[in-house]
Amino acid sequence: MSSNAQPVALNHQFEDLQQQYEAANMGMWAFIAQEIMFFGGLFAGYTVYRFKYLGAFIEGSNHLPIELGALNTAVLIASSFTMAMAVRAAQQGAKNPLLRWILATMVLGTTFLVIKAFEYADKYHHGLLPGSSFEGSGQLKIFFSFYFAMTGMHALHMIIGLGLIVWLIPKIRRGTYTSEYYSPIENFGLYWHFVDIIWIFLFPLLYLIGRDPWPIM
Amino acid sequence: MYVTIVGCLFCLTVITVLAAFIELGVLNTPLALGIALLKATLVVLFFMHVRYNTPLMWVFAAAGFFTLIIFLALLMQDYMSRDWQRPPAEFLL
Repeated sequence: MSSNAQPVALNHQFEDLQQQYEAANMGMWAFIAQEIMFFGGLFAGYTVYRFKYLGAFIEGSNHLPIELGALNTAVLIASSFTMAMAVRAAQQGAKNPLLRWILATMVLGTTFLVIKAFEYADKYHHGLLPGSSFEGSGQLKIFFSFYFAMTGMHALHMIIGLGLIVWLIPKIRRGTYTSEYYSPIENFGLYWHFVDIIWIFLFPLLYLIGRDPWPIM
Repeated sequence: MYVTIVGCLFCLTVITVLAAFIELGVLNTPLALGIALLKATLVVLFFMHVRYNTPLMWVFAAAGFFTLIIFLALLMQDYMSRDWQRPPAEFLL
């Protein structure tokens, strides 16, 4: 491309593609900083009550199925990997690999939510859903309130992410994204990885407190 | 390279689960959080491309986490120190 020809992907308010890319990237990081503070409120509440009621938090943690939690961690890490590959395919302007990797991400994200739904159903049947039918001490109820608020807010972010994939797929098929213009894919990838990071912290904080030594053996 | 990173993340997940069943006393939580922090750092640096980005983006990426750490530290220095010292009875209204 000659230097005075305007690239099609460049919006008129930007000097060049690099500046356009960096502006989009920076905006997304500003949004993620806001999301960190949003989840930060939940993490702060969790930290205070865990400090006050450690015994109940240990009891609550031992109610959670560690194998499903670990499996979901693996599923989400795998989906982050497929998303990173999707962004790489977008950078190379490879349309079909991009579509395949993003569909793989969608399948893994859905798998996570299905496993989570089974966990929620299990909690409900054991009377561990905070509410009038809750079977346990008030302090245990606080643990499960945090469990449902934190994993629920995380699951909501996953559902929004899956919705965004559904929105992106027809645009990918139409060939909207090229090696010159792929910021929406890149920024969606940042969002998806951020949601993964939240789970990376939720898993040890909720599932791994005060485990009894080797109960599986 | 992404394959190496995802391999590391899987290994760290296995390590953190196994470590949770070993009785380490007060060290269990710092270890679990340390591993989580390491995993998050790998995701941020490589999957989120911060490693290869401009210094401005480094600042933007670090700002959110940094603010959260300040927030949590100040919050807990309040809650953890509340019972350390009760004022003498004559100062209580």
